[in-house]
Amino acid sequence: MDFFLTIVLDGLIQASWLFIVALGLTLVFGVLKILNIAHGSFYALGAYIAATAVTTVAAHGLPPSVGFVAMLVSVAFIASAVGFLLERGLLKMFYGRDEVVLLLVTYAVFLILEDVTKLIWGVNPIYATQPYELFGNLEFAGLYYVGYDLVLIPISVAAGLAVWFGLNRTVTGKIVLAVIHNEEMSASMGVKVKRVYAIAFAFGVLLAAMAGALTAPKISMQPGLSSDVIILSFAIVVIGGLGSVEGAAVGAILVGLARAASVHLMPQAELFMIYLIMAGVLMFRPEGLFQRETARRI
Amino acid sequence: MKRSLHPVIMIMLVVAAALFGRALPTWTLSLATVAASNALIALGIVVLARTGNVSFGQGLFFAAGGYGVALIANAWGMTDAVAQVIIGAICGGLLGLVIGPLIARYTGIFFGMLTLALSMVLYGALVKSTVLGGSDGFNVGRPTLFGMIFVDPREADFMLYAVSVVTTGLAGIAATILFRSELGLVSLAVRENNLRVEYLGTSANRIVTINFIIAAVFAGAGGAFALMAQRHIDPQFAYWTTSGEFVFVAILAGYQSVAAVFVASLALELVRSFSNLYLPNTWQLVLGIFLLGVILFLPRGIGSLWIRDKHKKNDSAAETPVTAEKGAVS
Repeated sequence: MDFFLTIVLDGLIQASWLFIVALGLTLVFGVLKILNIAHGSFYALGAYIAATAVTTVAAHGLPPSVGFVAMLVSVAFIASAVGFLLERGLLKMFYGRDEVVLLLVTYAVFLILEDVTKLIWGVNPIYATQPYELFGNLEFAGLYYVGYDLVLIPISVAAGLAVWFGLNRTVTGKIVLAVIHNEEMSASMGVKVKRVYAIAFAFGVLLAAMAGALTAPKISMQPGLSSDVIILSFAIVVIGGLGSVEGAAVGAILVGLARAASVHLMPQAELFMIYLIMAGVLMFRPEGLFQRETARRI
Repeated sequence: MKRSLHPVIMIMLVVAAALFGRALPTWTLSLATVAASNALIALGIVVLARTGNVSFGQGLFFAAGGYGVALIANAWGMTDAVAQVIIGAICGGLLGLVIGPLIARYTGIFFGMLTLALSMVLYGALVKSTVLGGSDGFNVGRPTLFGMIFVDPREADFMLYAVSVVTTGLAGIAATILFRSELGLVSLAVRENNLRVEYLGTSANRIVTINFIIAAVFAGAGGAFALMAQRHIDPQFAYWTTSGEFVFVAILAGYQSVAAVFVASLALELVRSFSNLYLPNTWQLVLGIFLLGVILFLPRGIGSLWIRDKHKKNDSAAETPVTAEKGAVS
């Protein structure tokens, strides 16, 4: 039973940060109809910026809690700026083109960011472990967990609820839903569609980078991080249905559990399992688990 | 619409290109070999793209061909280059035969994602398989040709160059014939509107499947070439960025001309080797900017550089009826 519980908890911890990444991906797809390959790069960017922030704070002799706050704040600012500039400066030139072409544009951005991070942070692994000790160790049903890991779960639940609430219960959210539903109609009703695009993309980048920042203390940052993450988050949003918040949540939990289970039971099948689930879901529900016929997507 | 070059002339061009390798310095030979082999795979993507579907997982067939050939070569000592290409093509084709009918129901992004997913399944399996060398892969011997063993590396390079250029050239000719054939034209109709094709009494799925299998065969043969050129194979063959590069070549080429695929593939290899030389560690950056530039300034690919001019001449000479779209442009 303990073994089972370990898998479930590990899976949920995995699912928590994966969900935040996938949420950004699915939001960008919902609004801009772009499947963003560069999304993983924004995750990596967030992780690297967080590492810089954490190590800078630690170098000044300040406590890890300051480092934790500093990393979140710096990532929030830089990521939303990067997202906004990319959308306004680059992506808007390609609107109206085929969705596969847009996919390739983001692939180009992925390639560029991959080398830019290498140029800035080098190719050697970087660590930012100071905040990892922040929440101590917790005992949970006889198992010892690093507090930081468990804190990620409520954070991602809060993020998911906030996005859902923001979309479904606020005026801004309704406007975004209107754009998702029918862009031309909303434009003719006076919605500034361009602005919605820019904000939605910047917010998607922000979510990816935030997930990167939150996981930065847990992992080592090195090249290849972005392509691993994008592959996982693709699987999640495709399982859940592109553009669906609930789908991203279910997809993240499925992928997180599958990863945890295969790590504990069958380490050789990790990537294999996830993509098998994805291929299986697509075989029976081509649109993903939560994609409805109506355009009530996000 | 298409330049109607006679197949015999095309074959002569291919032979001339193969013999031209004699005049090339050694480093260009291996570069041209890689370019020709990548062009073959990109050609498959172009064939498939004519039905409106872009495969982001050609690495699957690329790796299937490569691993299939490598295993057979090591098990039975079968080193003949032509036989290896055929085996690679068969391995890719068989896998395509299994996957094609399943995947033909999907379109657009889902098609791309599903192909990507399947290639990543193979990647995940290969990385963890200790029998196949895991993430390190394994080596194979130097290829031979019709019983000839090439000791001089220059000769071996030329042999590989000649075989790859001839194979890719023949595939290009086959593709040209295919594009003009009934199947090729119906493929375009599927891209325009697959429902209407169904209403007209043909199965759109079947057409996508056939094109998919052709693309798989090409990618499998390409895998055999990559194996022979590197004499080593590893799971990177199936990784999604490998597939991404093939799509890159196809996009660079555009969907209008077979020759453009070769030019695009060569251009990519040149950009890669020069940026490797002068900007080490940043060739992805160069590649990304290059890709953005092409999408922005040559939306219909390199092929549009010479195909469009031809088009205009034809229009004025034959006075083809002006459609609303063309009328708006000119």
